[in-house]
Amino acid sequence: MISLKNAGFSYGANAILKDVNQELAAGSFHFLTGPSGAGKTTLLKMCYLSLMPDSGALEVLGEDVSSLSREQITQMRRRIGVVHQDCQFLNHLTIRQNIALPLLVAGKNIEDSMENLEDLLSWVGMLHRADAYPEEISGGERQRLALARAVIMDPDMIVADEPTGNVDWEMGQRILTLLVELNKMGKTILLATHDLNLIRSIKGRVPASVLRLKEGQLSLAGAQL
Amino acid sequence: MSFNPLSYMFGDSSSDQVVPPKGNAAWLTGFASGAMAFIAVFALTLSLAVGRLADYWSLDLARSATVQIVAEGDGLTAQTEAVLRVLRTTPGIQSAEIISKSDQYALLEPWLGSNLPTEGLPIPQMIDMRFSAIGPDVDSLLLRLEAEAPDARFDDHNTWRAPVLAASQRLRLMVALSLVLTAVITVIIVVLSAHSALASNQNIIRTLRLLGARDAYIARAFVRRITMRATLGAALGMGLAMAAVIAFPSPPETSGLLSGMRLSGVDWAYPFLVPVLVGISAFATSRIAARYHLHSVT
Repeated sequence: MISLKNAGFSYGANAILKDVNQELAAGSFHFLTGPSGAGKTTLLKMCYLSLMPDSGALEVLGEDVSSLSREQITQMRRRIGVVHQDCQFLNHLTIRQNIALPLLVAGKNIEDSMENLEDLLSWVGMLHRADAYPEEISGGERQRLALARAVIMDPDMIVADEPTGNVDWEMGQRILTLLVELNKMGKTILLATHDLNLIRSIKGRVPASVLRLKEGQLSLAGAQL
Repeated sequence: MSFNPLSYMFGDSSSDQVVPPKGNAAWLTGFASGAMAFIAVFALTLSLAVGRLADYWSLDLARSATVQIVAEGDGLTAQTEAVLRVLRTTPGIQSAEIISKSDQYALLEPWLGSNLPTEGLPIPQMIDMRFSAIGPDVDSLLLRLEAEAPDARFDDHNTWRAPVLAASQRLRLMVALSLVLTAVITVIIVVLSAHSALASNQNIIRTLRLLGARDAYIARAFVRRITMRATLGAALGMGLAMAAVIAFPSPPETSGLLSGMRLSGVDWAYPFLVPVLVGISAFATSRIAARYHLHSVT
């Protein structure tokens, strides 16, 4: 699904990632952890093709990203669902319209996907808020909205950057449960988090591994959960 | 795949949903386009007026001249008769008529006002003549007039018509130049507002790209919105300008340039071209600006 071979990335003279080697199999669940500034967000951006490695090789969904055209990158992005800690929405559109946005930009007929859209709203517990606007909903609801938007195109992989960072424990668990359900449906999950309790809480629900980024190096931390 | 501007603009109306309906660029584009259209319609009306006036001067006055006789008593009567005789027998002159005193006073009224008593004013005897298409041989006519009526002065309209005509053509050129400048300013404003709209919506562009939107899709959304705003603004500006032209007071035909500040016949169609041209230029320039902007932003 994702293959990093000696991948590196620098912001100017500041090397963020150095010779990162890792394979993420399709359908696997991974936590990405590490201190602030370690490069978690940079690594995730590389995984959802927002950044390209300066050195080494990166394959995403079986494709060498260095050989992709702009159009191919756009097509690939539709197969990757992204959830941010401070997820951006189009504030002039309703929750329902925001969730349907990936369909809209892909030129799909939203009417054909209405049932799917309602199911998704119901799945993330937002059906009653479907006609509200993003500025009217809470932080936890925004994360669930972002998750619903990330999966509406039925992506192969979900990349989540601190999706529980701004929500309480209960809401964090709710979001994790949704991600676990997606993983059980065969989606590959890569979730960056600081929250060790969140990582521990997955034990026994799905097999997951914890990847630790430190000083630009990625390593498998501890045993398989 | 070939580019079809009509399909681009009207094919998929859902794309412009992604552009916020409000923002600084929104009113700027509409207002500026409206103001430019207002100025353009006025310039156009002025250009048409100058054109009509130039036509009048070049056609009507080119075939006419006057003879003034500055004499008194019997001399005036004798010379008037002599001049009329000469004129009526000269080939190329269709007609020669005495301008009555009352008509001459009427011609002076716009300059002197209606309250001033004109009865006692020493004005020369004037004779108006109309030429045929070929016109007379002016040199031999002058020689005959000099011999028959020494106090007669031939006033060929061409002597003062030429500089006036040149001035009107220069004025027309200036108006055309101001129309070009208006178009250039409109294009600049559209480019600036396109950049402003794109720059102030960076988060939206980033989000759309993350969701798999092509740059062409994002560009189209902004281009459609900017083109619609510019066209609507221009249509409103044109409407206001046309209302102002209609409401323009109608002075008498003799009042020169002012009498032409109106639209008639096919002239009414020209202002409608202004919003169409604004729309086309807004479409083309905002498309280039959007593509350039999106290409430069990673």
